Amino acid sequence: MVKLSDTISAISTPPGEGGIGIVRMSGPASLSIAKKIFTTPKGEGLNGTESHKVIYGFISDMETGKKIDEVLLTIMYAPRSFTREDTVEISCHGGSIPLQRILSLTLKNGARIAEPGEFTKRAFLNGRINLIQAEAVIDIIKSGSDLALESAMMQLQGGLSKKIALIRDILINVLSEIEASIDFPEEDIEFRDQQELGKKLEATLNDIEQLIDTYRYGKIYREGVSVVIAGSPNVGKSSLMNALLNEERSIVTSIPGTTRDIIEEEININGLMIRIVDTAGIRESEGFIEQEGIRRARSAIERAGLVIFLLDGSEGLDEIDVDLIKDIKRKNKPVIVAVNKIDIGDKISPHNSSPLWEGYHGEGEFLRISALRGVGLDELKNRVLKMIFQGSCKIPESPFITRERHKELLLKAGDFLRRAIQSIHDNISLEFIASEIRFTLESIGEITGETYSDDVLDRIFQEFCIGK
Amino acid sequence: MYTYPKEYDVIVVGAGHAGCEAALASSRMGCETLIITMNLDSIALMSCNPAIGGIAKGHLVREIDALGGEMAKCIDKTGIQFRVLNTSKGPAVQACRAQADKQLYRLAMKSTLEREKRLDIKQGIVDKILIENGRVVGISINTGISYRSKAVILTTGTFLKGLIHIGLVNFPAGRAGEFPAERLSDDLRDLGFMIGRLKTGTPPRLDAKTINFSKLTEQKGDYEPKPFSYSTERIIQKQISCYLTYTNEETHKIIRENLDRSPLYCGVIKGIGPRYCPSIEDKVKRFPDKDRHQVFLEPEGYETKEYYANGVSTSLPIDVQIKFLRTIEGLENVEIMRPGYAIEYDFVLPTQLMPTLETKLIKNLYHAGQINGTSGYEEAAAQGLMAGINASLSIKGMEPVILDRSEAYIGVMIDDLVTKGTEEPYRMFTSRAEYRLLLRQDNADLRLREKGYKIGLVKEEEFHRLIKKREGIKDTIEKLKRGILKSTEVVNKKLKAIGTHIINEPVSLIELLRRPEVKYKDLIQFMNGDLNNPPSPPLEKGGFSEIAEQVEIQVKYEGYIQRELACVERFKRLEEKRIPHGLDFKSIPGLSTEVKEKLSKVKPLSLGQASRISGVTPSAISILMIYLEQFKKTIIKYGNNS
Repeated sequence: MVKLSDTISAISTPPGEGGIGIVRMSGPASLSIAKKIFTTPKGEGLNGTESHKVIYGFISDMETGKKIDEVLLTIMYAPRSFTREDTVEISCHGGSIPLQRILSLTLKNGARIAEPGEFTKRAFLNGRINLIQAEAVIDIIKSGSDLALESAMMQLQGGLSKKIALIRDILINVLSEIEASIDFPEEDIEFRDQQELGKKLEATLNDIEQLIDTYRYGKIYREGVSVVIAGSPNVGKSSLMNALLNEERSIVTSIPGTTRDIIEEEININGLMIRIVDTAGIRESEGFIEQEGIRRARSAIERAGLVIFLLDGSEGLDEIDVDLIKDIKRKNKPVIVAVNKIDIGDKISPHNSSPLWEGYHGEGEFLRISALRGVGLDELKNRVLKMIFQGSCKIPESPFITRERHKELLLKAGDFLRRAIQSIHDNISLEFIASEIRFTLESIGEITGETYSDDVLDRIFQEFCIGK
Repeated sequence: MYTYPKEYDVIVVGAGHAGCEAALASSRMGCETLIITMNLDSIALMSCNPAIGGIAKGHLVREIDALGGEMAKCIDKTGIQFRVLNTSKGPAVQACRAQADKQLYRLAMKSTLEREKRLDIKQGIVDKILIENGRVVGISINTGISYRSKAVILTTGTFLKGLIHIGLVNFPAGRAGEFPAERLSDDLRDLGFMIGRLKTGTPPRLDAKTINFSKLTEQKGDYEPKPFSYSTERIIQKQISCYLTYTNEETHKIIRENLDRSPLYCGVIKGIGPRYCPSIEDKVKRFPDKDRHQVFLEPEGYETKEYYANGVSTSLPIDVQIKFLRTIEGLENVEIMRPGYAIEYDFVLPTQLMPTLETKLIKNLYHAGQINGTSGYEEAAAQGLMAGINASLSIKGMEPVILDRSEAYIGVMIDDLVTKGTEEPYRMFTSRAEYRLLLRQDNADLRLREKGYKIGLVKEEEFHRLIKKREGIKDTIEKLKRGILKSTEVVNKKLKAIGTHIINEPVSLIELLRRPEVKYKDLIQFMNGDLNNPPSPPLEKGGFSEIAEQVEIQVKYEGYIQRELACVERFKRLEEKRIPHGLDFKSIPGLSTEVKEKLSKVKPLSLGQASRISGVTPSAISILMIYLEQFKKTIIKYGNNS
């Protein structure tokens, strides 16, 4: 539970070495805590009157009198801060030691360590940002790639909010027409006929469905894609992973079964976050640990967005390969088939194994690569992107949804709207159509946290000459 | 100062539609009641149009009746044209409307008041509310008499500092031809109430001798007039017609040319008028593309030539009024008997009220009707009734009756007023109700009659009728479920005759009734050999159309009804999260200053009510919820000793 009377504190810059780092406090005691630990070069304390100004000075532990770091301090008084609470930001030298020390000083003097996302939560609870924006800030913090960041920024600037507002506006317009003809039957108002209202609703439903459809991409941007490298033992899966990562992360040996567990790494291809999963060589094995690795590998394939199926060009197809191919086909996963070690041999071609691949859920020719020599890797990356985006790898220009919650609400809205349209076709009385549209608006409103009731009446009086 | 020796339980100030219901309710609930009005001949006067009901307003009248109020019974006796509106639409949005004989209505209501044994009726102008220790103890009037009471209900209509405008001429008046109440609103201001100013208007009344009806469209009442009241058997009086005509470009031209003489457009009128009832000059100005506006000519009674020109409410000077009226078809030679005018008046911001309509500032002082910023006889009467009920219950030390938004339009209206306030004269619309499909005029009795009976306003025999109806509905639905129709040639022939699909398998009568094209009356013919297991006793053939109506609605719209009921459940959960009395909203951390101010002003009783205050965001509600949880825990932990 949030205790809004608390003052929270956290290191706000990412872990690791950096030029500067920031410790941030938010809450009513922020300033008094800062006063206890900050002095100017002249040895004066904070007078606390300067909001939104950078003050130069030192953070010291008053108990020991020891200076900890030279800092720049900024006070932002409520409500003119991100959380709308009194906020103090301390910019110190980067690196974990000064940051940790300053953080623990704030904690010692009355702050509480912030939970993940708690600053954002406060900003939301204090009405600084709406729900969509709050979720977007969390996404920015967590975004693992440039594309995800771009998407998060777009949400923050209200791209989705604007789109939703547009949909809401049309619905309120239609609803106000319906409501006007319900509440003012004796007025001499020329209403659009129901079929025309139906057409407007259909267009809106289309918008909603398109937005729902963007979730597919939105999810990819937000969460990235899991790409699993699968294949028989010793075909070079770990080498390929290392080549893609450009660094030695998993042990590369030629003894089958060296990679006993799955190893997962994130790489960034053209701004898209891709989790590469290196599976243990899948084969029947009696070793318990290896069996566990194999089990995990199969489950990784199960969850994969895409499988890179690696074959050993120097060896040709064996029985295990054939089994695995069947397995992947059964799971209907998108697959890229790559023949590795072509620098040593090239015994596999689609011609000698084509019956096996009939109807596989992949694209184009087999790729020929050498993970060790770095041959064909660019092509492989391109193929990966192409497969994920079905041909396109550009961020859509229109806003898209990245959250399950939004998708669910839009699906709900779409269902009600579909019923509204059906009701119009079935010539059902207007108040029932209004009921469906009201429910649609409520679902839409839940996304942004807005209600519509007063807007409908305002619209009626704006648009229609009422007044018998 | 002379203090009148008789001490009352309740004093009602004003005898309009709110005042009459308030006084009747309190006296019928056993309270010694005084109703005091400036003019005994204006009791229950229809100051504006001679009609009662309409969409949403008709719903209110049915609810008033279900609770034991008087308005429906009075209009049933004195109506001169009855119509059901929206008959092409579903049951939830149909409503009754009736033209009234204005004088007969007033006299019938006056006579009802006079027959009430615990009700005294007196003429006088109230200047002052008497307060002792923060509670009301009576009133004093301009002739130096004070009356003592335990509760006071103010229903002052448009009389508080009423100012009439006709063109650029203006003069103080409560309505045309009557004194305003000049002192009372100052007294209220001194007591600390926030006062606002509204405006409303009325059209000219025309002389029927000078109207050429032959050129106009006649609008008749329904062939079978439907009464408002659940207690009225039949409407027997003669019905008369209204007439429809239209303004035209010439009319609009005259109005446009004279806007500089309109007090509305010269900034003379400061009060805010209703958007749904604009003056003709407003309509012409705001909707220049409309080439005509409707004018309904409504008779004001059987024995009068006065016609109410519905649609041309105006505050233009009289010479302009006559000039533009004479451009209208049928009105070429018309004579005005009373001119149209605008009136500005003070109202007391209704957010200063509790949902009982008692003021937060002064114990046992209640406000009802236009003083709360509403408009319309029905809105006023509904508030008057609730104020009367709650004042009486308070005196008796009993729990108040507060209707919520899922129970009644009355609940929607009062919640809107006390939670959101209003910036224009507030009128009821069905679109204001979240649960419109539940709040129908056909089931007002099922929703509210028992409540009215429990507080003593609904008579024994009226309540008995409700019980019979309730049982009849339940019974009939059971029978329809049990009656299984065989798939025979005879049955299918009958089904074809009704115009619905034939059946190949046995189907229950209730399933059959769910088909849109099948009416309840169609089912009667399937009673004997057509059913596998005929219900006994069989469905009655006649004499219970009210039950048939309910069964049909409940079966046909079950899906919609269930869905709204589910929403009501959710609504109630937030409504049940009570906010402790006297909570200091300003001390809640995390709320913005704006939200704190709004909450402190309205002092919502529940989280649900708080969520409906405009400007209170969902995030503010989350904070409030968290705070209340902590508050509760603290009390549990440390006891409520502080």
